[in-house]
Amino acid sequence: MRNNKNSPFTLVPYYLWIALFVIAPIILVVYYSLLDLNGNFTFANYQNFFTGVYLKMTLSSFWYAFLITVFSLLVSYPTAYLITKTKQKQLWLILIIIPSWINLLLKTYAFIGIFGMSGPINAVLKTIGIPEQQILFTDASFVFVAVYIFIPFMILPIFNALDKLNPALIYASRDLGASKLTTFRRVILPLTMNGVKSGIQAVFIPSLSLFMITRLIAGNRVITLGTAIEQQFLVTQNWGMGSTIAVFLILFMFIIMLLTGQKEKGASQNGKAK
Amino acid sequence: MEKLSKGSKLYLALVFVVLYAPILFLVFYSFNSGGTMTNFESFTLEHYKAVFDDTRLINILINTVVVALLSALISTMIGTLGAIGIVSIRNHKLRNTVLSLNNILIVSPDVIIGASFLILFTMVGVNLGFSSVLLAHVAFSIPIVVIMVLPKLQEMNSSLIDAALDLGASRRDILTRVILPYIKPGIFAGFFLALTYSLDDFAVTFFVTGNGFSTLSVEIYSMARAGVSLTVNAISGLVFFVTMLLVLGYYFITNRSKGARGSEVPK
Repeated sequence: MRNNKNSPFTLVPYYLWIALFVIAPIILVVYYSLLDLNGNFTFANYQNFFTGVYLKMTLSSFWYAFLITVFSLLVSYPTAYLITKTKQKQLWLILIIIPSWINLLLKTYAFIGIFGMSGPINAVLKTIGIPEQQILFTDASFVFVAVYIFIPFMILPIFNALDKLNPALIYASRDLGASKLTTFRRVILPLTMNGVKSGIQAVFIPSLSLFMITRLIAGNRVITLGTAIEQQFLVTQNWGMGSTIAVFLILFMFIIMLLTGQKEKGASQNGKAK
Repeated sequence: MEKLSKGSKLYLALVFVVLYAPILFLVFYSFNSGGTMTNFESFTLEHYKAVFDDTRLINILINTVVVALLSALISTMIGTLGAIGIVSIRNHKLRNTVLSLNNILIVSPDVIIGASFLILFTMVGVNLGFSSVLLAHVAFSIPIVVIMVLPKLQEMNSSLIDAALDLGASRRDILTRVILPYIKPGIFAGFFLALTYSLDDFAVTFFVTGNGFSTLSVEIYSMARAGVSLTVNAISGLVFFVTMLLVLGYYFITNRSKGARGSEVPK
């Protein structure tokens, strides 16, 4: 559709939105990262960030995000693959998506009960003779809940990529004598790499910034970048330091998006938006 | 096509069980008279009654729904007009820049959006409460609406507009009688997505809400931090029910408009 007549006035509120809620907040975060507690200009926050505490926290945040992404991928790829093989794949896909529409807080809250000392997991352990374990407030429970929350977001792009794959390519590969594993490694996986990248993008960046799950499930044992920002803004009221961490989180986000960025060609599922 | 082996079926079944078990677990214990999520004593509706008797909780529910509906409505209007404007931008560079700016809020982590909006609202002097939460929800919903509406606009044939112009339609007529009816499915999809984003949001709201105002997510967070309360389970039962209704409604509307698209003639 090419029509110039509507553009000037329909774009006014939209441009206003871009200026106020996209550009201004980024500038404000950068500006605040250069202020100390009294509002004076300083680089101290950045110096602070490169001291042991914050670097260690950043590393551990990346490590958890890495674990969450890897486990999500390991569960999601086979699931997405098997769903494309079912008869009513769209229906199964919707059933995967529905849990992601249930309020995030409620799903997390459910695990407080499930992992509790007298919850069903411990009850099962007991019947097979293992004494009660403290499952809640461990790293493993945190990773599990995060993976649980992110699985639908990983399955969706991988499913889209697999669904677009021409089955003739797989038959050709088989006809030419490739084993199932070779076909997967040399044909299916490379052709669905864009879906995997979108999935990684959709899981890794939010994993870095989780703060609600860390508080409820990991009981402050796990500090992610998100937890640190929330802490600085709402508890310590040190907006300068919080903004500095936010600046680094934004930088990491851009780097990850560059690394997982997609080339124009190929089966990119959000190609139209770019 | 090969048939699924037994092992594959088992794997899929396991994934679905794990996905749904926590939700059903919550709903199941919402009917427990025992008061904990451990042993089920007997069936009761008292926790649901407790939700409806708690005027504060009902107020929060109403707040949540009002914010969701209003923010979805406003963001759908701004987003749809914005998308119509974007497709008419001739300059490729400018268009790509606008689209990249559009996507920033979609990929930004909630914490960043929340923190930066908190700074913005405090600086401008917006009261933290209903207005700040509404503004924030409108802000993060607009790009989603744009993304849902754009493909519809791009597949629209420009000769439709030329024809309307030839037949003497005014600019307004073209917008309301040609463009909007054609992109209606995209608008509906955008509206529903904005609605669910708003209902589901926790982190952004948590940052920009003041002391006096709360939405369901924020309230559940503070209740969950205080420990297990079966009132939360009852809320999740209700949320599950409403979500299913929304999913069905969304499915119904998008399918119906898909079926009607071919025969739809703007009156």
